[in-house]
Amino acid sequence: MRIGSELSRKDGRLKVTGSATYTADTQVPGLHYAVFATSAVASATIEALDTSGAERAPGVVYVMTHHNAPRLRPPAPGFGSMTFLPLQSDQIRYEGQPIALIVADSLERAMHAASLVRPSYAVRPAQMSMLERFGPDADAAVFDTLETVTQGYDEPDTRTGDPDAALGSAPVSLSRRYTMGFRHHNPMEPSATIASWDGDRLTLYDTTQHVWGVRSVVAEALGLAADDVRVVSLFLGGGFGCKGFVWPHEILTALAAREARRPVKLVLTRSQMYAACGYQSATVHDVALGASRDGRLVAVAHDVVYANAVPEAFPEYAAAGTRTVYACPAIATRHRVVKLNTIQPTAMRAPNEGMGNFALESAMDELAYELGMDPLELRLRNYAERDPTTGKPYSSKKLREAYHLGAERFGWSRRAPHPRAVRDGNDLVGYGMATALMTTYRFPSAARVRMRADGSVVVESGTQEIGTGVRTIMPQIAADRLGIDPQHVEIVLGDTTLPEAGGTFGSSSTMGVGSAVADAATKLRLAILRTAIADKASPLYEARLEDLEVHPDGAVTPRGSPTRRDAYAAVVARSGREAIEAEGSWAPGGDVLGTGDYAMYTFGAVFVDVRVEADFGITRVARCVGAYSAGRIINPKTARSQMTGGMIWGIGQALLEQSETDAELGRFVSKNLAGYLVPANADVGALEAYFVDEVDPHASPLGAKGIGELGATGVAAAIANAVYHATGVRVRDLPIRPELLLG
Amino acid sequence: MEPFIYRRATDASQALALAAAPGAIFIAGGTELLNWLKEGIVRPGTLVDINGLQDLETIDTAPGRLRIGALARMSEVAAHPAVRRDYPAVAEALVRSASQQLRNMASMGGNLLQRTRCPYFRADAPVPCNKRAPGSGCAALRGADRHAAIFGWSDACVATHPSDVAVAFAALDAVVHVQGPQGAREVPFGDFYRLPGDRPQDDTTLRPGELIVAIEVPASAVAARSRYIKVRERASYEFALVSAAVGIDLDGATIRNARIALGGVAPKPWRLRVAERALAGRPFTVAAVRAALESGAFSEARPRRANGFKVDLAKRAVVRAAVGLGAGA
Ligand SMILES: Cc1cc2nc3c(=O)[nH]c(=O)nc-3n(C[C@H](O)[C@H](O)[C@H](O)COP(=O)(O)OP(=O)(O)OC[C@H]3O[C@@H](n4cnc5c(N)ncnc54)[C@H](O)[C@@H]3O)c2cc1C
Repeated sequence: MRIGSELSRKDGRLKVTGSATYTADTQVPGLHYAVFATSAVASATIEALDTSGAERAPGVVYVMTHHNAPRLRPPAPGFGSMTFLPLQSDQIRYEGQPIALIVADSLERAMHAASLVRPSYAVRPAQMSMLERFGPDADAAVFDTLETVTQGYDEPDTRTGDPDAALGSAPVSLSRRYTMGFRHHNPMEPSATIASWDGDRLTLYDTTQHVWGVRSVVAEALGLAADDVRVVSLFLGGGFGCKGFVWPHEILTALAAREARRPVKLVLTRSQMYAACGYQSATVHDVALGASRDGRLVAVAHDVVYANAVPEAFPEYAAAGTRTVYACPAIATRHRVVKLNTIQPTAMRAPNEGMGNFALESAMDELAYELGMDPLELRLRNYAERDPTTGKPYSSKKLREAYHLGAERFGWSRRAPHPRAVRDGNDLVGYGMATALMTTYRFPSAARVRMRADGSVVVESGTQEIGTGVRTIMPQIAADRLGIDPQHVEIVLGDTTLPEAGGTFGSSSTMGVGSAVADAATKLRLAILRTAIADKASPLYEARLEDLEVHPDGAVTPRGSPTRRDAYAAVVARSGREAIEAEGSWAPGGDVLGTGDYAMYTFGAVFVDVRVEADFGITRVARCVGAYSAGRIINPKTARSQMTGGMIWGIGQALLEQSETDAELGRFVSKNLAGYLVPANADVGALEAYFVDEVDPHASPLGAKGIGELGATGVAAAIANAVYHATGVRVRDLPIRPELLLG
Repeated sequence: MEPFIYRRATDASQALALAAAPGAIFIAGGTELLNWLKEGIVRPGTLVDINGLQDLETIDTAPGRLRIGALARMSEVAAHPAVRRDYPAVAEALVRSASQQLRNMASMGGNLLQRTRCPYFRADAPVPCNKRAPGSGCAALRGADRHAAIFGWSDACVATHPSDVAVAFAALDAVVHVQGPQGAREVPFGDFYRLPGDRPQDDTTLRPGELIVAIEVPASAVAARSRYIKVRERASYEFALVSAAVGIDLDGATIRNARIALGGVAPKPWRLRVAERALAGRPFTVAAVRAALESGAFSEARPRRANGFKVDLAKRAVVRAAVGLGAGA
């Protein structure tokens, strides 16, 4: 069971039997329960806040409002948190903003007391409309009046060549507007925080994709040293990005526990999840393509409008992928921001590239029909051998192989050239494809690996498990480097007392944490073997290091002398220590993207077969085939489940998911899973994921790249393209709704 | 959440007596009621648990009628062989409702009394909704109205009724049996739900404290040749965008009698009596069904901004049901 083998999930049984300890399951003696009262208006000044009923309610021990809450140091503007904190002033900036926090001796009593809080507001008009203003028919000139958001890691605008001139003279050109609605992450597990103080030291059990981020932001806000804050997150019931940043509720729970002088647990309700931990902004995309008659791109322009919360600055560079997908001498991308009265939007599985992909890949499909060319052929004709915007070579790229593999497995050659050509009973049948693409994010990480005297191995790293398989592949990587069976290896994670690791976002863990684990395990192997050959009591005493061979059960022999046997466990036992351990680390060079001389991306080709019920306009995905170029695959089994999970994510994005807004009330209309549809099993047809053989020598020492978000890209565009092929109707606004297809 | 008193009744008279307490409300499967409690949609003083009323659990398929006890679970009714054979629209509507887990718990009486899925009614916070807080206004009038009614709405409320099986019951002329402080009575299905007018808070004509004991569906040729078509965006576990229950009694290839009810389009299951009349005596063909749907059946439809498509979709659902029942080309 080395790297590359199909090890089953080590934590599968724990999860399906309900014995995994999620944050809200954590038992802390003397625990009290916190519940938020929240604002029903989106922009206002609190004129009066009557909490007398809540304070008198049975079981209540503490009520915190902006009147009595100690002042916090607001987080600095930046990437991982909000600068605006509730309960610090009389200002309301979004609907659902906490106006009071109640602590009581039971959850029900806290909920009841929260319902007794009586606010009165001086209400201001709220800004909540976006697609209405920038929808399909809006005036393009508005774009230039909007702000940009610049973040260290990337540019909002890029330009190579002269796209305007090239568009003007291109033999074939098209210009289209695409829109995508607001979406919420909706992980199965709502966010939860348990705060417990011991003197001036704070322990937070928290649903976070980044224990270190929580530690630094909470410490900063409360004026603590980072070392006085411990953050623990053992299992997450999904995050998809909404547990990546640090949100006000995490800070406020810590504060409430301190003021109430007892450990406090806060679990957000499902509806609070829609206004407490981000969302994915709606986006408006203007895409223009110019091409020669034989399908070579001469100009690509992609403008994006997205939303930010009123005081915040979050970059959603949805056109970032457009800078690199296709070879083209003239490419321009721009991003502009509309300010809304909402919680801050945040990254959601496949941000940036994942969003713009729908627009660009739809436009490419439109161009293919315009040219009378097979959409796959059009992609191949514009294959980029180097990054067209920076001129850098790709660190590795086998997208051409992925196109061919995917097309072959799917049976793309059977595709009818014209739309609306195939019918199966009541269904119109269509095929569509798109390119998948995702940036490679990498973060520095450290790990420790310990070999104990009983031969068991523990990997320790302050990373998080959000369902991706970290608890499986990290032991697998350590076992590979140690040369033993992974059944002997466990991982301890999700704790800031462990070596520091990057956040579990940006599809980065395998590269960052995996490389650190590999480094530590390699060093540990060496340390143990060195101990053995220096130990007179060892059968291997004075053997040559290069001759030694480790067997899956941990036995060590010189190559070719099976009887001269020692074992990892025996070496540790004789050392008199409890364990022998080694630390390892890995960091990408340079800036956050740290890609140096290379353009670093993962790629794929997605093919779908959709059935559109001709009478009702209902679209179902019968089959989705993805072939990916994504570096070395550590565990094909967990990797495939990442990709098929991403495809389902894409099906939701294409066909079901949207958080409607009510501009007048300044709120998301439906804050529950009955009003916000995610796919059920019946919506998901046959899914197939394949990987081309690839090693990326530059992305990480393992040769691996990130895959978790790649699978969620390409799918929505492929579905929209297949819907066109099935029906002859081009849908440019997601989600694809039946009323658009009632031809 | 508000504190409340919980009482368990063991027979109907005890249930009725307990229901006389101020703010009392019955609880059966609790699959709806618990949501309301959590969202603050109801704040009952007393919950009267009726799950001990064993008489209300029976499904009686004696010749001539189907009598479904109010406490029969949706899954039991859906799986009942006689229901599937003689009242297929009822069984089909049930298996397409909610999820298996919910159907195992949810009662038939509770199903009829589920309330609208209008997102403003279901909101986590108080937003204008006359059904929920009379006099507060109707946010859907100005806001999100894609799921709103096209028939029967008023300026006070544009919500639809979400029950699937109620649509089948409406088509098959079911009767609701109730017991109340003033005794027992039978309510024809057409009179069970009411239109919002200026009192959208009252979904039905049930009187305070009345208990549903059973739903009775007369056996008929229409019932035996009936179908339920549900159009929804998610393939399962989702309410209808529109739905249609259609029953046809044939004399050879000629329609003797037709019954058509629509779901998802009105505050109550919406019978298309104009179309039913237009079909009587006509050949059972798709063309005849289409013609009947164009013969003024939708003249009362008043679509709103985002839900005009429901007119077309509803007609298509009816045609699909007719095709399923064997309508000729
Ligand atoms: C997630 C979800 C999805 C759903 N999807 C669908 C769907 O697709 N189609 C569909 O049709 N339904 C659907 N439902 C609704 C479901 O069918 C109802 O929740 C269920 O039938 C209610 O029955 P219950 O016994 O649980 O009622 P309860 O929740 O116990 O009660 C509901 C109401 O009925 C009253 N009541 C109950 N029994 C009686 C009685 N005998 N006499 C007088 N009053 C009574 C109660 O006082 C209360 O007001 C869904 C529900 C949920 C939660």
